[in-house]
Amino acid sequence: MIGLHVRKTLKGSGKNIELELSLDIKKGEFVTLYGESGAGKTSTLRLLSGLLTPDLGNITVDGSVWFDAEKQINLPSQTRKLGYVFQDYALFPHMSVRQNLEFALTKEQASTIVVELLEFMELLELQDRKPMSLSGGQKQRVALARALVQQPEILILDEPLSALDYAMRVKLQAYILRIHKKFKLTTILVSHDIGEIVRMSDRVVELQEGKVIKTAATADFFGLNKASAKFKFTGEIISIQKEDVVYVVGVLIGNELVKVIADLAEVRQLAIGDKVYVASKAFNPILQKI
Amino acid sequence: MDWNPLLLTFKLALVTTVILLLLAIPLAYWLSYSKARIKPVIETLVSMPLVLPPTVIGFYMLVAFSPTSAIGSWLLEWMGIKLLFSFSGLVVGSVVYSLPFMVHPVQAGLASLSPSLKEASYMMGKSKFTTLFKVLLPNIKPALLTGIVLTFAHTVGEFGVVLMIGGNMPGKTKVASIAIYDEVEALNYAAANSYSLILFAVTFSILLLVYLTNGGYLKRFLK
Repeated sequence: MIGLHVRKTLKGSGKNIELELSLDIKKGEFVTLYGESGAGKTSTLRLLSGLLTPDLGNITVDGSVWFDAEKQINLPSQTRKLGYVFQDYALFPHMSVRQNLEFALTKEQASTIVVELLEFMELLELQDRKPMSLSGGQKQRVALARALVQQPEILILDEPLSALDYAMRVKLQAYILRIHKKFKLTTILVSHDIGEIVRMSDRVVELQEGKVIKTAATADFFGLNKASAKFKFTGEIISIQKEDVVYVVGVLIGNELVKVIADLAEVRQLAIGDKVYVASKAFNPILQKI
Repeated sequence: MDWNPLLLTFKLALVTTVILLLLAIPLAYWLSYSKARIKPVIETLVSMPLVLPPTVIGFYMLVAFSPTSAIGSWLLEWMGIKLLFSFSGLVVGSVVYSLPFMVHPVQAGLASLSPSLKEASYMMGKSKFTTLFKVLLPNIKPALLTGIVLTFAHTVGEFGVVLMIGGNMPGKTKVASIAIYDEVEALNYAAANSYSLILFAVTFSILLLVYLTNGGYLKRFLK
């Protein structure tokens, strides 16, 4: 169980951002931090991992205090048991894939975990390659494997998939979910991608200008529970056309264009570029803004 | 031809380079990551030898190291070190004179690395020391090589500082650049030319080696 209750003034280039965070995360939960860029998502991760020091407040994990401003406790990053996957992967360029993982070993650890992780992440064939020669998805798998070497209980993922194409993202989302379950991790993800969030997380925490403005179970957060449907997909509106008395809304779901009929009242709430959720109740498809 | 000035030159350059490497790594590390208010002042001081005439540096060292000054007498009385007109004095002078040539490349190299490399290492529980030697320095090898070679070559080419604080004592402080000056003064152009030619050839080969290595030509050639 993670309790993060801190304040921090971040000096930005334009204006300062006041971070005022209050977050409780249950053991084994998969939580996504969601919000616009500059809302303080990455800073939240950095505060938790000790790469950024709060001005006020406290951080406790499983009953042990990681930070307490009043008692002047501040564990260094080195002793906080976290697996951290950076946005730019942060693989060490001068080490091979295997060496990158081996570097993460603690002095007491046996190197069997490295082989185990290489195998689990399907990296055995790439183990002697240098990061430079890997594709984005491969680098990401190495970064994930490396973050797990010390067998942390908490995994932090800072927009890990944002640089990858759609197919690769879906594949890696599956990897992350498998890891999350296999190692019984508490995972904190930063993501903008609603599809990704819906597929992966249990709970969503929305940040805006450094504050938590909404937190809810993923399905409730995006209103997916309101309709009971036979099928549901998320997509993006790419066209709205009036035809006689009805409107035809073009929705891009994955790589497929679907046309859905909507009436004026529905169309009023929608605009091109909106993310929507397409569901069918028996014979009548429903469009709902998310 | 007297080989002593050349040997002395390369000995001085080697000692200076080794000392500066040990000194510049912590200094460059501090300069790349510190947010201290005093940092611009230190940065300026490090860069000063680039713009100051070497004779200015030499002059102040001459004054400072003289047995009549506070520093000079303290060194002589307590440490038994005489820096004026001695080889150790030349080393101290060269270290100051070549400081920016080692610090700048290393600092630029460290600054060019993504901060997440360092942070990733910290998250794996590695100390700052381990991170510096296992993660940061191996990734700035070209910068280190540039620093080492520039320092060496720059010390070989030193004249003003050496002349001011070292004088012209054969076998002790008479380095090649001064020997050349000496020979020209004595209208001994042939000897001046041999010294000059050797210095030219050596520095050219060293610099060429750096460009070949850093440009990756050597690797391609050896393959």
